[in-house]
Amino acid sequence: MFESLSHLALQQYWWVIISLLGAILVFLLFVQGGQTLIYTLGKTDMERRLLINSLGRKWEFTFSTLVTFGGAFFASFPLFYATSFGGAYWVWMLILFAFIIQAVSYEFRSKPNNFLGAKTYEVFLFINGVLGTILLGIVVATFFTGSEFSVNEMNFSKWEGAAMGLELVLNPHNLSLGLAIFFLARVLAILYFMNNIDDENIFSRSKKQLIYNAIPFLVFFLVFVIWLMFIDGFAYDPVSKKVSYESYKYLHNFLQMPLVLIIFLLGVVLVLLGIGKSIFTICTKGIWVAGAGTIMTVLALFLLAGFNNTAFYPSTFDLQSSLTIENASSSKYTLKVMGYVSLMVPFVIAYIWYTWRLMNNKKIDADEMNEDIHIY
Amino acid sequence: MIEHLDLALVNWSRAQFALTALYHWLFVPLTLGITFIIAFMETLYVKTGDPEWKKITKFWMTLFGINFAIGVSTGIILEFEFGTNWSNYSWFVGDIFGAPLAIEGIMAFFMESTFIAIMFFGWNKVSKKFHLLSTWLVAIGSNLSALWILIANGWMQYPVGMHFNPDTARNEMLDFWEVFLSPIGINKFLHTITSSYVLASVFVIGVSARFLLKGREQLLAKRSIIIATIFGLVSSMFLIYTGDGSAYQVAQKQPMKLAAMEGLYEGSEGAGLILLGMPTPGKEINDGKDDYVFKFEIPKLLSFLGYRNADAFVPGVKDIVEGGFEYEDKNGETQIALSALEKIEKGKLAINALSDYKKAKESEDVVKQEEYLKIFRENFKYFGYGFLNDPKSIIPNVPITFYSFHIMVALGFWFILLFALVLFFILKDKLIGKRWLLRLAIITVPLAFIASLSGWIVAEVGRQPWTIQDLLPTVASVSQIDASAVQITFWLFTLVFTALLIAELKIMFKQIKIGPKEGGH
Repeated sequence: MFESLSHLALQQYWWVIISLLGAILVFLLFVQGGQTLIYTLGKTDMERRLLINSLGRKWEFTFSTLVTFGGAFFASFPLFYATSFGGAYWVWMLILFAFIIQAVSYEFRSKPNNFLGAKTYEVFLFINGVLGTILLGIVVATFFTGSEFSVNEMNFSKWEGAAMGLELVLNPHNLSLGLAIFFLARVLAILYFMNNIDDENIFSRSKKQLIYNAIPFLVFFLVFVIWLMFIDGFAYDPVSKKVSYESYKYLHNFLQMPLVLIIFLLGVVLVLLGIGKSIFTICTKGIWVAGAGTIMTVLALFLLAGFNNTAFYPSTFDLQSSLTIENASSSKYTLKVMGYVSLMVPFVIAYIWYTWRLMNNKKIDADEMNEDIHIY
Repeated sequence: MIEHLDLALVNWSRAQFALTALYHWLFVPLTLGITFIIAFMETLYVKTGDPEWKKITKFWMTLFGINFAIGVSTGIILEFEFGTNWSNYSWFVGDIFGAPLAIEGIMAFFMESTFIAIMFFGWNKVSKKFHLLSTWLVAIGSNLSALWILIANGWMQYPVGMHFNPDTARNEMLDFWEVFLSPIGINKFLHTITSSYVLASVFVIGVSARFLLKGREQLLAKRSIIIATIFGLVSSMFLIYTGDGSAYQVAQKQPMKLAAMEGLYEGSEGAGLILLGMPTPGKEINDGKDDYVFKFEIPKLLSFLGYRNADAFVPGVKDIVEGGFEYEDKNGETQIALSALEKIEKGKLAINALSDYKKAKESEDVVKQEEYLKIFRENFKYFGYGFLNDPKSIIPNVPITFYSFHIMVALGFWFILLFALVLFFILKDKLIGKRWLLRLAIITVPLAFIASLSGWIVAEVGRQPWTIQDLLPTVASVSQIDASAVQITFWLFTLVFTALLIAELKIMFKQIKIGPKEGGH
C-alpha cells in the first residue's frame, strides 16, 4: 500500500504520524500536570497517596510516547533530530534530566530505606511536571518562531544560537506556548483525577482548581495563537525549494487548508466543552472530551507548521538552512518501510485502550490503597 | 567537512556515552532475564493454584519493579544522546539507524509499559489467565526492545543493506531485511539476551542463597533456585554457542577487535587462544617488546574459532596497521590487505571527491560530476579512514579490550560450574548444608554484573575508533558544541545516576531483607 506513494506523499504521511504522536504526547502530559498538583489537591497523606497512585499507573504511557516520538522523529526526519537535539543542547538535556528523575520517583518514593527520602522524590515529580511541560511547549513553539542554526553542504548542522538552546526560553512567544501547555497539563490532570479518584475532598478541590488553571491556560494559549495569525511565517517554494518570509503565513495555511482549520476549531471547542461541563455540571467525563480536543488542537498546530510548503524547523540565522519535510526526511525507501511499521500504531492504541478500560473500570479509592497489590 | 577537530569534545562525548550506556547496562540484563523467571513462576502458580507460587512470583516482581524503574530512568537518555552528542552521526546514518529505534518504541516500549501496569496493579482486576499473559508480554516486550537496539548496534559494527547517496551526503537504506537479519546483529542479540538470562539466574540464586543461610523462606528459596539453575544452565549452553558465533563474526568483520581481544600484535598461522595472560604494559607496534609478559594458551584454537581452520592466519594489530597479508573477501577471493596509511589516503580521496562532486553539481558541470563520483565510489569503502591522520589511531585500547574479554569468558565458565553444583546439591536436598557454596553464590552476584559490563566494553572499546566500522570514526560523528557543556552534563549524569544507584541498592537490599510478605508487596 505504501509502494505507490511518491516521496513527497510519504513525507507528508510521516509528518501526520509525527504530529499525531506529538498531539498524544501533549494529552498524556496530564501526568506531569498532576505531579505539580499533589500538594494543592491532597491535604492528607492518604489523599496524596491516592493522587500519586492514580498518576503512577499512567506515567509510563507518557514516558513511552516521548521516547517513541523521539525515535519516530529520528527515523523519519533525521536532520531535525540531528539539528535540534545536537543544537538546542541545554533545553533537551533539561527535559531529559526532568524525565530521568521522574522515572524512579514513583517506585522509590514510598519504599523504606530509599536514601533520598520521600520528599525528594516528590520534588523530583514536581520538577518533572514544571520543566517537562514548559520546555516541551517551548520546543514546539520554535517550529513557528525559528532557531539559529546552519546546515552545511554535507548536511552537517551547527547551532549558532547564543546559549545552546537556552536562548529559546527567553523568547516571549515560546514562553507563552510553554506556559499554555503547563496550565493545559494541569487542567487535564484535574479532569483525570475527577474521573479516576473516588474521594469527595479531592473532587471538590479539583473543581475549584479547574477554574484557576483554565483561565491562565486560555490567556497564554490565545496570546500565542492570535500572535501566530499575524506574524511572518517561513514559506518555501515547492519548485526552487528556496525559503522566504511570507506575511500572515500561518493564517494563510489555515485558510488554504480548511480541514486543518476545522480540526483546530473543533479541538478548541472540545477542550472548552470538557472544562466547562466539568465546572458547571457533575460530569466526570471531561478528561475524554478535553483530551480529544487537545489531541485535535495540537495535531492541527503541527500540520500548520509543516504542511502547505512551510518550513517546520526554521532557521532565523540562515533562512536557507531551514528544515522542511522535504529536505529533512529519510529516503523514500526508509519512509516506505517505516510506513508499514506505522500500521502497528492503531493496534498499539487498541490494546492500550482495552487495558486502560480494564484497569479504570472502578475508580481508585482509599480501600484499594490497603489491598495486597503494588502501591506507590 | 569537519573544520576543526576538538579532541576534548570527542573525548568528553565518548566518556558521557560510555558512562550513560554502562549505567543503563547495570539494570537492563536483570530485567531481560528476571521477567522470564517471573513468568515461569507465575505459570506454575496458575497451573497448580498453589498460593506459595503466587508469593514467590510477587516477591521477585517487587525486586524487578525497583530495578525496572531505574532501568527506564537511565535508558531515556540513550535514545536522545545520538542526537544531542552525535548529531553528525545521526544525519550520516539516521536513514538506517533511526528505524530500529522507532520500531523499538512502537513495538516494545508500549507493550512493556501497558502490561507492566496490569502485572503490578491488576491482580484483583483481571482474570488469572489475563494476568499471566500480561507477565509474559512484559518479558517478551523487554526482550523485543533488546532485539531492536542490538540490531542497530550490530549494524554499526558491520554496516549492510545500504548505499551512500552523494546528493544527500548520507547513507541510505536499500534493504531492510539485510539490516534486520544481519548475522552480526542477530548473534549480538542472542548472545546478549542469553547472557542476561544467566545474570538474572545468578541473581535469583544469590538472593535465595542468602535466605537459606539465614534459615528463612526455605520453600521460596529452593523453588526459586531450581528454576534459576535450570534456566541458567540452558541459557549458558546457548551463551557458549552464540559467544563462539560472535567471535567468528568479529574475526571476519572486525579483525582489529579480535586482535585487541587477544592482545595479539604479531599475527601468525595457527594462532593459539590465550587462556590466561598479561599483555605487556605500554606495548606499541614495532617497539621490539614481547606481546605478553606471560601467557598460557591453547595452540591453534584462535585460528580454528576465528576461521574454522586450525592453520588459518590470524592478523595481529601490527599486520592490520601495516597491511600486506592475504585474506579472503566477501566473495571468497584472496586479497592483499592494504595498510592503514593506504586506507587513510583512499579515504581522503573519497572525502575530497565528494566535496568536489558537490561543487561540480552546483556549477552544473555534468562531466566533472561523473568523474568525481567515480573516484568517490572507488574509494568509498575507506571513507571513514579519511577523517584520520595517524595510522595508529585505528588501534583500540588493547589492555582494556583484552582484560574485559578474558574476565567475561572466565566468569561465564564459573557461572556454569556454579549452576551445576547448586543444581546437583539441591536435587540431592543437601544444599542447605553446603554453606560455602551458598556464600559463593552470593559473592557471584556482583561478578555476574561485572561479566555483563565487560562484554559490553569488549564490544564497544574494541571497535574504536569507529562509530560505523570503516565509514565514520567518533571524531567525525560528534555534535559541534562546546566541550565544556558536555563536561558539565557528564558530571551531572555521574552525580544523578550515582545517587539513583545508591538509592536502588539500598531499597533492593532492604526489600530482600524484608523478604516476601504473605500476599506479597
